[in-house]
Amino acid sequence: MADQEHEWILRLGDDALVLAQRLSEWCSHGPALEEDIALSNIALDLLGQARALLTLAGQREGLGRDEDALAYFRTDREFRNALLVELPNGDFGDTIVRQMLFDQFAVLRYEALASQTVDLELAAIAAKALKEVRYHAAHSAQWVVRLGDGTEESHRRVQESLNMLWPYTAELFEDDAVSKACNEAGVLPLNASFTARWTEQVRAILEEATLTCPESTALLTGGRSGRHTEHLSYMLAEMQVLQRTYPGAEW
Amino acid sequence: MSAPKTEWPLWEVFIRSRQGLSHKHVGSLHAADATMAISNARDVYTRRQEGTSIWVVKAEDITASTPSDKDVLFDPANDKIYRHPTFYDLPDEVKNM
Amino acid sequence: MTQEMDLNQRFEAYIASDQKIEAKDWMPDAYRKTLIRQISQHAHSEIIGMQPEGNWITRAPSLKRKSILLAKVQDEAGHGLYLYSAAETLGISRDEMLNALHTGKSKYSSIFNYPTLAWADIGAIGWLVDGAAIMNQVPLCKCSYGPYARAMVRVCKEESFHQRQGFEIMLNLSNGKPEQKEMAQDALNRWWWPSLMMFGPNDASSKHSEQNMRWKIKRFSNDELRQRFVDMTVPQAELLGLTVPDPDLNWNEATGHYDFGPINWSEFEQVVAGNGPCNRERIETRVTAHENGAWVRDAAAAYAAKSAERAASQTSAA
Repeated sequence: MADQEHEWILRLGDDALVLAQRLSEWCSHGPALEEDIALSNIALDLLGQARALLTLAGQREGLGRDEDALAYFRTDREFRNALLVELPNGDFGDTIVRQMLFDQFAVLRYEALASQTVDLELAAIAAKALKEVRYHAAHSAQWVVRLGDGTEESHRRVQESLNMLWPYTAELFEDDAVSKACNEAGVLPLNASFTARWTEQVRAILEEATLTCPESTALLTGGRSGRHTEHLSYMLAEMQVLQRTYPGAEW
Repeated sequence: MSAPKTEWPLWEVFIRSRQGLSHKHVGSLHAADATMAISNARDVYTRRQEGTSIWVVKAEDITASTPSDKDVLFDPANDKIYRHPTFYDLPDEVKNM
Repeated sequence: MTQEMDLNQRFEAYIASDQKIEAKDWMPDAYRKTLIRQISQHAHSEIIGMQPEGNWITRAPSLKRKSILLAKVQDEAGHGLYLYSAAETLGISRDEMLNALHTGKSKYSSIFNYPTLAWADIGAIGWLVDGAAIMNQVPLCKCSYGPYARAMVRVCKEESFHQRQGFEIMLNLSNGKPEQKEMAQDALNRWWWPSLMMFGPNDASSKHSEQNMRWKIKRFSNDELRQRFVDMTVPQAELLGLTVPDPDLNWNEATGHYDFGPINWSEFEQVVAGNGPCNRERIETRVTAHENGAWVRDAAAAYAAKSAERAASQTSAA
């Protein structure tokens, strides 16, 4: 169980870290100064979550790896994030739709984690993160509505973003031996159990945004077992460059 | 194809820094609508826990007194010194007043 | 005309007695123009200044450093925003100011036209560039124009961690592996002189100084502030065990200040004229971000208009 749980926490931590890294790429490229600041705030929240989660994962693993060892000295095959969060930022529409799809899931997952009493350390991290992701969820949902119900151009663009990203969402709800073990331990319900509420909430947002929910049943998956898109390796090459060039250095 | 581009309106931001204090003007920002103005105010002006409540008001909706009326508006209060407690001469023996 | 002279006299007397000017008060045109020029340039510097540091957010060498750097660069966006807002009180829109920046009509601090080649540059920028900026900015908290002074109070308060985090990076590098110390020295070598240039031309050749001092938009001369910066920074470099790249640098017992070598003003002029290493990239990046964001800003405006219409028709129907 301990092994499985360390693996599980890693998934949470990597989702947060990889998405934070992507969002931080927006800094100084935002569509308006105010939104630039907002995206950085979200990235900072996620980075904070990632640090707490990776630290905990390292402790549970018991091999003496801290947050930086896990962030900087794993290969792409060892990362456990969902594919959705590693996809390139694209335009602001792509970024904000990705964010909305993920935020809606993150809220449900953290709600469950915050209310369980089996792993109190994890519950404490989740309780703090929950406040943050609820804000993120409101922010991204509002933007999806603005863009969907904005101009013809924005509607078209954001519908395309949605169609492109939709096939990556099913992965969030997949279960495997790790998530089943976690469920049996009483830490977190199966991912599949979030599907109905997530779908309902996402559909409500899309409806308000006058967007069409894609019918696609394509399933792009593999992140949880370390089979990623082509993009992750590039991201890590950039992120890890200093640590890899000067191993053992203090910064 | 689209109408001439105009920038998002300007909003004035007021923050209550602590329960028990009034909202105080802290600055302004641009936002397309009120919801966005509140979010932006939160992100721009409360990054260091400066607030417990936010007001945003469209700058164009504020009516202000005119500076050139300053004398007319405020000088007449100058000679109403009887409105201030120090105007009154009381014997030192009177306490608690 | 006499009325104008009268107003002008009152204005000058008002400033001489250390009173603040507020947005809607009468002010001479030249005062307004000077402020718009200075505040918008200041805002542009914050915004363009995000780029050289923003460069390293994705490559920061630890998650802690990444958080700090992202928060710092985000603060700069905030500072730009406060300053644009202060300038807007003078009757210019943010769009007009951005347009002036994008078309090269309005300048920004030349320091940001230098590249950040190594992680140590992030340390050097925090330590030297923010250090120099703080020297320049602290007196502005008392400047005669109220909205600018208030924005600067906020900026200075937030900025206090920026310099410290830069120095801490330099300290870690200086105490680190030989390659790290080398990296720190190299960064100091490249950033030292441009930092001294940040205080602007020598007093003798500074165009706007005298009038601005009288208007209390500026409170200390360029050379005065530059000297203060050198006096403050040299001992810090010694503490780091790094060498300031100036063979003429010497403590002068008689003056109680450091003497330092001549500044290469032709380099300064080159960079101001647009021929620095990164001028083109900085503006291009800025313009691209602005243009890529146009459809987003339009969409939000269109949605706001639609929502307002819907709300209005609902009330009239009810």
